[in-house]
Amino acid sequence: MILRKHPSLVLCLALAVAALGAAHAATPGELAAGYASQAGTTAAAARGEQFFTGKHGREWACASCHGAPPTQAGKHAATGKPISALAPAFNPERFTDPAKVEKWFRRNCNDVVGRECSAGEKADVLAWLMTLNK
Amino acid sequence: MRATVNLTPKMTLPFHATAFALLALLTAASASPVRADGDRRAAVPLLPKYRSECAACHVAYPPGLLPAASWQHLMQDLPHHFGTDASLDAATVGELTKWLAANAGTSRRGREAPPQDRITQSAWFQREHREVAAATWKLPAVKSPSNCAACHTTADQGNFDEHQVRIPR
Repeated sequence: MILRKHPSLVLCLALAVAALGAAHAATPGELAAGYASQAGTTAAAARGEQFFTGKHGREWACASCHGAPPTQAGKHAATGKPISALAPAFNPERFTDPAKVEKWFRRNCNDVVGRECSAGEKADVLAWLMTLNK
Repeated sequence: MRATVNLTPKMTLPFHATAFALLALLTAASASPVRADGDRRAAVPLLPKYRSECAACHVAYPPGLLPAASWQHLMQDLPHHFGTDASLDAATVGELTKWLAANAGTSRRGREAPPQDRITQSAWFQREHREVAAATWKLPAVKSPSNCAACHTTADQGNFDEHQVRIPR
């Protein structure tokens, strides 16, 4: 078998797999930077707070389910299901999986704003969430 | 000669194997929760993806509570899911739909396709909850009949046994 003849291939494969895995993980800071560069603006935490806590012509604000500030568990406004804290300092799992982050922005912005959020809005909200510390 | 027990005309097992199987069955039955559809078989183990995707927002409703047709109908319109956007990528929708259909209700209760695909609109659901006062449904800790876990303390494990019910005050 080719792998037995070339042990270094095994190492290469392992590294490639590890790199693929790492490509999915991210930090909140990296995601925030990505959104800001996509928007071509500098994120503003104050704008993010306003966006998060305010209503946008519909029944719910982001804070309706996540709480304000979202530093502890929230509660789904319709079902009452507990929602773990959103601010990354209080929940290290938050904003580490780009696909998950995009999925929830897509759904929740649709519910709260009635459209998808812009990259600038996401950058602002994330910037504010990252200012919330213990 | 070893004692054997007839299972089917064609199948015989040594007695100790049969005893072991019976014991295993009994153990499983005593450990397994009561299915919400009143079926005494063990609750279906939940697909991890069903739990992570669907139970992020609500109780992981046991798939046996709706017939396959209702699940399929629900899964076709996740962007408009009881007033919220619950959209998922196509691959995940396909995977979950397949699992829900395979484990959908087939019992007398589970076969009933309720209006609007709402489990809480099923005749059996309303019958089972007829003693719950109107004021109880309106409690802040309850809010909606779909909030099973407000009273069914083990709902998340698929256990709706009446003995585990604690109605909040």
